[in-house]
Amino acid sequence: MAAVQAKSISCPNCGGPVELRGFAHTLSVVCPQCLSVLDASTPEGQILQKFQGKTQIKPTIPLGARGKIDSTQYEVIGYQIRRVHSGEDTYQWDEYLLFHPYKGFRYLTEYNGHWNFVHVEAALPEQTQARGKRAMRYDGKTYLAFDSMTASTVYVLGEFPWRVQTGESVACQDFVAPPSMLSSEATGGEITWSRAEYMTGPQVWQAFKLPGSPPPAYGVFANQPSPYGASVASSWSTWVWLNVGLAALIFFFMVISPGHVAFSDHYAYSQGIKTDSAFVTPTFQLDGRNSNVELKIHTDLDNNWAYFNFALINDQTGQAFDFGREVSYYHDSDGSEGSRNNSVIVPSVPSGQYYLRVEPEMDTGSPFMRYELELRRNVPNYSFFGLAALLLLIPPALTTFRKGSFEAARWRESDYAPSSSSGGGDD
Amino acid sequence: MSTVAANCPSCGAPVKFLWSSAVQTTCEFCHSILVRTDVDLKKVGEVADLPADASPIQIGTEGAYQNKSFVVVGRIIYEYEQGGWNEWHIVFNDGTSGWLADAQLEYDLSWATPPPTPLPGPDQISQGQTFQWNGKAFAVTSRTHAHYKGVQGELPFEYWDKSDLMFADLRTTTSDFGTIDYSENPPLLFLGRAVEFDDLHLKNLREFEGWT
Repeated sequence: MAAVQAKSISCPNCGGPVELRGFAHTLSVVCPQCLSVLDASTPEGQILQKFQGKTQIKPTIPLGARGKIDSTQYEVIGYQIRRVHSGEDTYQWDEYLLFHPYKGFRYLTEYNGHWNFVHVEAALPEQTQARGKRAMRYDGKTYLAFDSMTASTVYVLGEFPWRVQTGESVACQDFVAPPSMLSSEATGGEITWSRAEYMTGPQVWQAFKLPGSPPPAYGVFANQPSPYGASVASSWSTWVWLNVGLAALIFFFMVISPGHVAFSDHYAYSQGIKTDSAFVTPTFQLDGRNSNVELKIHTDLDNNWAYFNFALINDQTGQAFDFGREVSYYHDSDGSEGSRNNSVIVPSVPSGQYYLRVEPEMDTGSPFMRYELELRRNVPNYSFFGLAALLLLIPPALTTFRKGSFEAARWRESDYAPSSSSGGGDD
Repeated sequence: MSTVAANCPSCGAPVKFLWSSAVQTTCEFCHSILVRTDVDLKKVGEVADLPADASPIQIGTEGAYQNKSFVVVGRIIYEYEQGGWNEWHIVFNDGTSGWLADAQLEYDLSWATPPPTPLPGPDQISQGQTFQWNGKAFAVTSRTHAHYKGVQGELPFEYWDKSDLMFADLRTTTSDFGTIDYSENPPLLFLGRAVEFDDLHLKNLREFEGWT
């Protein structure tokens, strides 16, 4: 059988030729010369609507352009501008009718640089509730109610498999599950459901091999996928791995390189042996550049406390670093408080010959304490690790915040914009 | 599948049958509508010129659905205010027959089904009404008043003297499809599935100028 021929009619208004791209599917067509809407189902091409405006509007994607979407080549055969009055606002979007002789009709819509590829659905969504909003369940996804409006066709070009007219209006509702959107259109009691998938301008430009660059997208569109959707999860998992690395680093410093022991000794304290418990240690060498010194105190205190006055004194210059530490350890059947050990870090101690002056104090009547002093030179400073852990938190926290702002911008455009709560900011 | 040959009682041209159980066919030369009797073919009417149509399907188109292959043997053509559609009569390789509707390239497969519950009359059925059939809620999505425009090829019943008809289409949340045909009394029920073009694995389709 020979191929089905494309047909053409001549415009009864201006006499110009009108080529048809949609074969016998086309019921109405707009004369490209005089913009009259014609009935294409009869060879005479009866006029359905004369002139729809004075100006010729040039669609961004020209009629007759072909583009590949979802591995199917579609041809643009119709174009509509649809307008919505919402309160004092009026906004409009472009709607292209796409055709493939086997796969059928699809739509491509554009609003402020945001594009959607639309397919009419044969199944019915199920009403439900989600996140306190009216929602629709369809094909395994939950779509949240976004807005409802009355859209009128204000301008048409090309051809349509129905009798198109400007001025026609339909009641529409949108439900979103980015990057998808489920929409209903009610005409004459009949409800048509369609599903849209978000496309970017560059994707459309590539599909239709359009010259130049696409108009930039303004704002956040109802079903625009969040650019932070996946990055929030990945930034937090990066954060977890960086913390693991940090923990390994801490472990390395604690076990492998805990500083160099400059001095250590064991002592006992007993009240009443002598009234002045102060004493000095033998001298020891602190090497290298100005760096820190950590003094660790290990005691055998048991439901008791002790206070240590220390002075780290340079044997040659007499320069002294004074500091003190309390050690207290109490425990009963409910648990314990404090620790038998304590430590102190003295920063920036120059190299040289040093000794420690030690003066322990205890409560009167406390009999006896054994303790050990250990002095390390050049110990890692763990507060840097704490600071690093805090800094690592910034990128994921920022990404999470940005995603929240993006969702807030999305829902500001909704009929169901949250008034107080930070709507839809969660994953 | 047997090919039974006979001659058209009107023009004498050979008439071939793709489906041995066909009750009615049309002569592709003189467009007579022919009904099979026990002995021969009887002319019951004539098909007016078929309206221009852009369905990619034609008689002889082959396809497969859920691993059962089928061939298109006939069709009924309807028209309504928003265009026309074809009910293609398809015969599966196990000898059973069903329908493949092509309404502006939206495709539905269905089979004649005894109504699981009594069907309401044409004036009692309304948009949104639901029926629990086979464990699924079928909701009435449209009522269509249509005109019979013609027939072509082999059909499982006599179908030629129709004019104005009413159909009610039903859908579910899981792509099931149903249609109630009020051309008969009691009405007929067809149940099946909404399908995408690619689901049908069609071969021997019509070709379209400018599309290869």
